[in-house]
Amino acid sequence: MIPGPFSYHRPATVADAVKLLSTLGDEVRALAGGHSLVPMMKLRLATPEHLVDLHGVAGLKGISRKGNTVVIGAMTTQHELLASDEIGKSLPILHETALLIADPQVRYRGTIGGNVANGDPGNDMPALMMTLGASYRLEGASGARDVAATEFYQGAYFTSLEPGELLTSISIPVPAAGHGYAYEKLKRKVGDYATAAAAVVLTMADGKVATCAIGLTNLSETPLLATDAAKAVIGTSLDPATLKKAAAAAVAIMSPAADARGPVEYRKHVGGIMVMRALSRAAAGAR
Amino acid sequence: MAKTHVTMKVNGAEVEGLVEPRTLLVHFIRENLALTGTHIGCETTHCGACTVDIDGMSVKSCTMFAVQAQGSDIMTIEGVANADGSLSALQEGFRMMHGLQCGFCTPGMILRAQRLLKENPSPTEAEIRMGISGNICRCTGYQNIVKAIQYAAAKINGVEFQEAAE
Repeated sequence: MIPGPFSYHRPATVADAVKLLSTLGDEVRALAGGHSLVPMMKLRLATPEHLVDLHGVAGLKGISRKGNTVVIGAMTTQHELLASDEIGKSLPILHETALLIADPQVRYRGTIGGNVANGDPGNDMPALMMTLGASYRLEGASGARDVAATEFYQGAYFTSLEPGELLTSISIPVPAAGHGYAYEKLKRKVGDYATAAAAVVLTMADGKVATCAIGLTNLSETPLLATDAAKAVIGTSLDPATLKKAAAAAVAIMSPAADARGPVEYRKHVGGIMVMRALSRAAAGAR
Repeated sequence: MAKTHVTMKVNGAEVEGLVEPRTLLVHFIRENLALTGTHIGCETTHCGACTVDIDGMSVKSCTMFAVQAQGSDIMTIEGVANADGSLSALQEGFRMMHGLQCGFCTPGMILRAQRLLKENPSPTEAEIRMGISGNICRCTGYQNIVKAIQYAAAKINGVEFQEAAE
């Protein structure tokens, strides 16, 4: 299993990368960690003529906090996220989620930018980014623009990235101090994509849910924001009846594909359970 | 397709070669360098048999192109033994604890475990199991592999290895 032939490019700056991506024609792909793209190339399901390797672009690295926003460079690896004190302090749900992605070797190479930009409904970070209200910086030949994660995903492997555009960084508003969080992921084995997963970020006041956002992974062609489910829990103490109501509201927007992970009804059923578990655990952790 | 000249350090020695961009690092290591201890198990980034250590990271060398390793510092199983030729603590552990059967997964297991112990010299059993979760053994299971890593950790830390009660 050897990939088809391609030309290899290693730009040193974002501007050079964008120039290559916008001038090399249709069969050009950006290469980040490569742990989705390279296996697809070995199976000849992807046959790019040009690869633009982003590993030499120093400007795509790093994690910084600007006021109440954490900015993460697209080429930051899952391993670097896990090692970051800033992430552990401001966005601990990213640690929890990154640890559930694949295995250690993949996390050393896999990048957050590749994870969110690929448009694979099985990737874990996109639903999380929607839950957190993140936005993506896209840079192209005609300049830069910011797109909300909730607007970015249009279908399986289909995003609002235009030809020649590169996702360069992710901006995440820091959730309120004392927020509760949980990412509940059901998978068949270590390293697998989710059969179903749910992300919850919430705040509590006087024992009742004050704010809540719920994201869903691999339960549709795109990651989903379960807004009705989140509305159903606001102002409640998350009693069993409310949890069931929230799960039902989340299940109502799920449309997973039947695959080796299970038939549609099963995946929706366990999707609802992931929502209930994530809500309960997030509430228990809120201060 | 035009070939590219690459240079890198492998097991302490400077090496070079001509590769196509599509040449995977594992093929460069096995075929150009004739270091066949690094194995190809699944080719789909799951099994971990091709794991090598690159610039302080455990990497599946079937999922990286040789051109991407230009200038990097790599260790394969051939570079793991002590300088005097004696077995490293991990190699000794795999031997003493019967941490291998057919041996096919062993080079990847040892390279991964070596990096794990560098980052976490006293891992718990759960941490070891998570740490090697990207390496698959299809002979039997992981019990003796875990013991082998615990043996090596004890030896590196200068404490006596005690087998946990069954």
